Amino acid sequence: MRRVVITGAGTVNALATDVPGTFAAFREGRCAIGPLDIRDKDRLGVGIGAQVQGWTPEAHFNRQQIALYDRFTQFSLHAAREAITQSGLVFEDQLSLTSGVVLGTAGGGVNTWDENYRAVYEEGKNRVHPFVVPRLMNNAAASHISMEWNLRGPTFSVSTACASANHAMGLAFQMVRSGAATVMLTGGSEAMLCFGGIKAWEGLRVMSRTACRPFSLTRDGMVQGEGAGVFVFEDYDHARARGAVILAEVAGFAMTSDAGDIVMPQAAGAERAITGALRDARLNPSDVGYINAHGTGTAANDKTECAAVAHAFGAHADRLMISSTKAMHGHCIGGTGAVELLACLMALNDGVIAPTIGYEEPDPECALDVVPNVARQARVDAVLSNAFAFGGLNAVIALRRV
Amino acid sequence: MTIRDRVIAIIAEQAVLDVADVADDSTLESLGIDSLGLVESIFAIEEAFDITVPFNANDPSQGGFDLTSVSAIVAGVERLIAERPA
Repeated sequence: MRRVVITGAGTVNALATDVPGTFAAFREGRCAIGPLDIRDKDRLGVGIGAQVQGWTPEAHFNRQQIALYDRFTQFSLHAAREAITQSGLVFEDQLSLTSGVVLGTAGGGVNTWDENYRAVYEEGKNRVHPFVVPRLMNNAAASHISMEWNLRGPTFSVSTACASANHAMGLAFQMVRSGAATVMLTGGSEAMLCFGGIKAWEGLRVMSRTACRPFSLTRDGMVQGEGAGVFVFEDYDHARARGAVILAEVAGFAMTSDAGDIVMPQAAGAERAITGALRDARLNPSDVGYINAHGTGTAANDKTECAAVAHAFGAHADRLMISSTKAMHGHCIGGTGAVELLACLMALNDGVIAPTIGYEEPDPECALDVVPNVARQARVDAVLSNAFAFGGLNAVIALRRV
Repeated sequence: MTIRDRVIAIIAEQAVLDVADVADDSTLESLGIDSLGLVESIFAIEEAFDITVPFNANDPSQGGFDLTSVSAIVAGVERLIAERPA
C-alpha cells in the first residue's frame, strides 16, 4: 500500500476565489452569508445565502468554453488550476495515463437545468441551446478538468448529496493508495443558488431565514452556499522524488450507511464512520486535535454529530477542538467537504483553527469545544473532516502532518 | 366540508387512518406521524387552503403555529385563513 499526500489545493467559495483568501477569511471569522441576489428572489421565503460575489466567467474562460461550462464546472476548473499550479505537476507521458479526476457534486449543472426549464416551461420556447446536456451532466466538471490538464486515467463523478466531496476524496485516496493511480485531482463543486435550487430546499423546512449558527442553542437551520474545492492527491514516493511541497498526508477514510431514514441522521452511523477512519489511518483517538464538523446548524445534525463524536472519542472528546466553517461559507452541498478540508490544511500547516462563527449560546446537547466565534492558535498533528449526507451516508477523512 | 373536516382528512391520509380514528384531541405523535409526515401534512394543508404555515423543522414552536393537537391545528388554520389577504 502506498502513502498518499496532498500537494496542491484550490478553491472558489463565497469567502474568496483562492486558498490564501479563504484562509485569511477563516482566521478573521468572516461571514460571507448575505441577501441573495438571484432572479425571482421575491418569490423565495429564504432570502439569504453565501453566494460567490463578482464572479465573471469572461475573466477566466473564452466564449466557446462558457457555452459549455455550467457555473459548477467553472468553479471546479478555477479551483483545479490553483491546485495544479501549486503542485507544480505537468501531466505528460506515463503520468498522464495514470492520473485522473474524481469530483463530487450533488446537483451538477443546476443552473443549466433551471434556466432551460424556465425557457421551455415558463417562456414557452420550443428550442434550447445545443449544449444543455453536456453542461448539466454531473461528470462535466471532472471531464473538463481531465481535458484541460491531459489527465487520461480514471475519471468520474460521485453524487451523494452533502457527502459527495468526501466520498470523492475518499475514493481518490483509495485509488492512489492501491496503485490504481499516481495522481488524482479530487474534491467537489456545487452551484445551486438559483430559484429552483433554493426553492427545493425551502420545501424541506430546514433552512434558516436569519443565519447559520452551528452548535448554538439558538440555531434554526442551514444556509446554502456554493463553491468548489479541488486537491491534488499524489503518491507520496512520487511527490518526494520530485521534491514537492507536501501539505498533508491523507491518512485514512471510512464510509458507512445508517440504513435508517432518508433525512434524519443517526449517531451510530456517523460514529462508525469516525472510528473507521481512525482505524484506517492507524490513529488513536487521542492523536486527533481537530475535527472539521459537518455542523450544518440544523437541530438534527448538530446534536447527532456531537453525540457521535463524544461516543467515538470518549474522554478525549472534551480535549479536542471541533468547528463548523459553514457559518462562514454556507453549506456548499456536494462541494462542502472539499471547501471544509481547507480548514483542516490550515490547522495542520498554520496552526490556526477556524472558528464556528454565529455562536450565541451553549447547547447542552452540543457540549464540545466548538471554537466559538474566534479563531485559535493550536498545534495539531492529526485532523478529521466529517460529512453526513441525506440518505444516511457518512464519509470521514483523516489527515495528518507528514 | 368544514375546515375541520378537511384538516382531519389530510391528517388521516398522512397517518393512513380512517377519519373516524382522528379525534380533536389526538396528537400527531399519537397518530404515528413522524417529522417527515409532519412536513408533508403542513404542505398539504398549505396547498388545500392556499395559506402559508410558519413552520421551521429545526424548532417547531418557533413560528407560533400550535401543532400540539388536531384541534390546535384546525384553530391555527382557521386563523391563517381569516388573515389571508383578500
